[in-house]
Order: sequence, then C-alpha cells, then structure tokens
Amino acid sequence: MSATDAPVLRMESVRKTFGGSVVLRDVDLEVAPHTVTALIGASGSGKSTLLRCANLLEEIDDGAIWLDGEEITDPRADQDAVRRRIGVVFQAYNLFPHMTVLDNITLAPRRVHGATRAEAEEHARGLLGRLGLAAKAHAYPDRLSGGQQQRVAIVRALAVRPRLLLLDEVTAALDPELVGEVLEVVRDLKDDGMTMVLATHEMGFARDVADQVCFLDGGVVLERGTAEQVFGDPQQERTRRFLRRIVEAGRL
Amino acid sequence: MTVAEGEAAREGADSEGDMTGTVDGRSADGYVPSERRRARERHQRARARRATAVAALSTLVTAVVLYLVVVEAPGWPRTKETFFSADYAREALPKVLEGLWLNVRLLAVCGVAVLVLGMLIAIARTLRGPVFFPLRVLAAAYTDFFRGLPLIINLMIVVLGVPALRLQGVTVDPVLLGGTALTLTYSAYVAEVFRAGIESIHPSQRAAARSLGLTNRQALRYVVLPQAVRRQVPPLLNDLVSLQKDTGLVSIGGAVDAVRAADIIVGRSLNYTPYIVAGLVFVALTIPMTRFTDWLTARMDRQRAQGGAL
Repeated sequence: MSATDAPVLRMESVRKTFGGSVVLRDVDLEVAPHTVTALIGASGSGKSTLLRCANLLEEIDDGAIWLDGEEITDPRADQDAVRRRIGVVFQAYNLFPHMTVLDNITLAPRRVHGATRAEAEEHARGLLGRLGLAAKAHAYPDRLSGGQQQRVAIVRALAVRPRLLLLDEVTAALDPELVGEVLEVVRDLKDDGMTMVLATHEMGFARDVADQVCFLDGGVVLERGTAEQVFGDPQQERTRRFLRRIVEAGRL
Repeated sequence: MTVAEGEAAREGADSEGDMTGTVDGRSADGYVPSERRRARERHQRARARRATAVAALSTLVTAVVLYLVVVEAPGWPRTKETFFSADYAREALPKVLEGLWLNVRLLAVCGVAVLVLGMLIAIARTLRGPVFFPLRVLAAAYTDFFRGLPLIINLMIVVLGVPALRLQGVTVDPVLLGGTALTLTYSAYVAEVFRAGIESIHPSQRAAARSLGLTNRQALRYVVLPQAVRRQVPPLLNDLVSLQKDTGLVSIGGAVDAVRAADIIVGRSLNYTPYIVAGLVFVALTIPMTRFTDWLTARMDRQRAQGGAL
C-alpha cells in the first residue's frame, strides 16, 4: 500500500534565483499519485518557475526534486528520460506551426518512444475524438481556435502516457467559453486518475478539482492544504487578502 | 574561493535586477548553500575537469597523427621547400599586406553598398499592392539575372567592356568598375538572404503590428526587420566573407590585391609560399569578423531569451 501512495513528485527546499532575485525559496511539495495539486498566487509569485523546475526546464540552485522516488536534480540523472515521463502543457500552447495536428501529437510517440505510425495515429485519433477534435486531425495549428489549440496541446502531452502532467496557466489565454472547454478536459483527466500539478488563476476551478492547494507568494509556499482549508479558512493574512481581491473581482 | 563567496559576489553584482519577492535583497535572506548543493557543484566541477582533460587529450592525439602523416609523406621535403619557405614568406608578406589593403577597402565600400542595395531589393520584392507590380518584377528579374550570371563574366563585362565604350565622364578605373561588378552580383545574393529572413517571421507578428495601426512600411521597419536581422546575421556573414575573398578578382583589370601580389612573386620565383601567405592573411582577416558576429548574436539572444536549462 505504501508503495502506491509514495509521492509521484516531491520537492525539498527548492531554491531558484534569476540574476539577483530569488524566485523560489525553500519550496517543499509532495504530490500523491492520482491527485491534483493547484498552485495559486499572484503573477510573478513563482508558479510557472516551479513547474519549469519540475520538468528540468530550469536548473535549480539548491534543494532537490524526486520523480517516483528518483532524484531528477542529481547531475547524473538522464534528463531526457525524466522528461519522457512528464507531460507539459504551456500557457501559449507551443504547438509546432509547421506540422499538422496529427503530426504534432505523434511526433514524440514515434520519434522518442518508437511507436509505429499506425499505432501512434490510432492512439492520437482516439484522444482527439474524446476531446471533440476528430475533424481537425489534418489541420495546421494556426487554423484552429485558441481552445482547440490548447486541447491539441493537452492531447500532445497525453500521447506519451505521462506519469505526471504539468499545466501552466492553460486557460490564461482563452475566453470564458473556451476556458470551460479546456477545464472540462482537465476534470475528465482527473477522473481517469491522472496525476497533475497546475498553476491557475481559475480559483473556482481550483476549488472544485484540486486535492491540494498551494498559495505561493514571493517564491514561498505561504499556505497549503485541501481546497476547503485554503479557500474556506485561510490562516495567513496574505492569503486572505489575495482571496478577498479575487472575490471582489468576481472570480470566485 | 568557496562556493558561498562566489555566490554572494555574483548575486551582489547584478542585484539591481531585483523584482517582486525580494524586498530587501538577498543579504537579508540569510541563505546558506546546503551540503546537497555543494556536493552537486563539486560533481559538476569534476565533470567539467574531466571534459577538459578528454578534449585536451583527443586534440593532442589528432595533432600528432596529422603531423606524422604530413611529415612522413614521401614528398614532404620538396613540398616544404616550395610551399613553406621562410625566406619567400618574409619577402612576400609586405607586398601581400600592401595588396590586402586594397581588398579591405573594397570590402568596406562594397560591403556597405551590398547591404543597402540588397535590403532595398528585398523590400521591393515583399511590397504588396498593385502599384508596386513593376517594382516587384524588376527586383525579381534583377536577382534572377545577377545570381545566375557567373561573377567572373560579370567582372569582365564591366571592367573590360565599360572602358571600351569610351563614354565621356565614366571612369575606367579597374578598382571602381570591379567594385561595381561585385556589388551588382552580391546585392542579388544578399537580397535573397534578406527576403528569406523577412518571410521567416511568423505572420502573426505582422498581424499584430498592423492591428496596432502601423502601416505596412512601419510594420516592416519596427517589427519584422528587427526580428529578421537576427536570423540573417549568419548567412549575411557568409556572403560578406565570400565577398571579401572575391574582391581579389578585380585584379583581372590590372589592380594589385593580395592574391595578385603573391602571384607576381610566384611568377618570378616559381616558389608557392606567397600563396600560402596570402591565404593565411585572408583567413586571419575572417576570424575576428566571425567571432565578433558570434558575440553580437549571443548577446542579442541573451537579452531576449526566456532562459532555462535547454
């Protein structure tokens, strides 16, 4: 039992600086399998950097990060092997504009994981169908709406059957109608048991879907707990102020 | 120097870049590197040392093998005498350098002319609107013609043909005419480099600029070209280096450049060392230019990049 409950992702006193500014300070995090962790906080509080560090897109200054018990910040670790097990969805989609939707999705399964074209495309079409994009398989990304592009980006991340999915403010660039469309996909993934860490400004969504909520402020995890704890009974004055502003803005 | 000191010095040096979250800077942070970090950095240093050692060893082995292959070649003593004679090198160097001054001047003038003309042609080719149709066709015809025409034939037509017309007020100076011919050919190459760069910028950039109310020309000037130039630097440098070497071809009109200067000595002595000298001088001229543009583009990238470990 304890083996299956071991955290998928664990961070211990992670520190990250850019030039002279400390972006993450003493960040600890544990993400249990099949749970969703929401990172909330103002812009510039370090949410995106934390996700980038988890995927080794940023080198951390101090501390350590484990994926399934293996230290991935060890200089001897194979970074490509680590990234193969983590899916990332970016705020700006980052689809490859010179490839069709299907090629975007099958690139990694075919070139990295050695799937045949037929296997990869069948899997991709299945995922696209589930997300209502079956008709767009041969379209180019620039021809799609923002919500469609973001769903394709999610499919691309899922196509390699990752152990962990990182979502970096995936709805920030979308209008409310499309936000719902993308969040519905994330909710379905949670029901499928996908382990996810998401940075988000959608507080209502974070409250509904997250098993664990972390409030970041100035690179520090100021408050963490279940959604009820953080949204219902925040302990820190800073958290209360942040949530009050969100409520005033009508976002919760 | 300990890790802690190095870290403090580095962060102190650019602490003006502070943003949110570090209200009173990092000194108040009280951060002490952990043993884990020190071990990681020790490992990285060890790996860097190992990499340096491997590089040094493989370089040494390669050098020794090359040396043995060349020196053990049956014709080496004779080759050494005809291509690497110190006496002839000493004699040739001043003459070659004198000739090189002509190459450098031609490069400076033609280089600027080529960049300006090439840019104008590229812009003419990307202009939209029916009014510009003749200009577009003209620009396309120009690049088609001068890219296809062998440079040496172009040079002969201009350098030998123009004076033969005996036109009033038109120069017969082979250097000026040669420079003109070089500019004509290289503008066509460079125009294509510029055009490829302009067209490589994602259409969304032009869309964003035009939606801000910028005219087509302003969008090109302030948004597209600055991004295109960064991508064009390496191929432009290619063409510039190539131009630098081709400046020597003006010698067909009688001008004495570095290669021609070497040629004269070779013709007299039948020793090929002056060619080697001239060749090395050209290489020496190219290297600082390459390093400079590398440095320039790296700096541009650093200022813009998101950063990250990839």
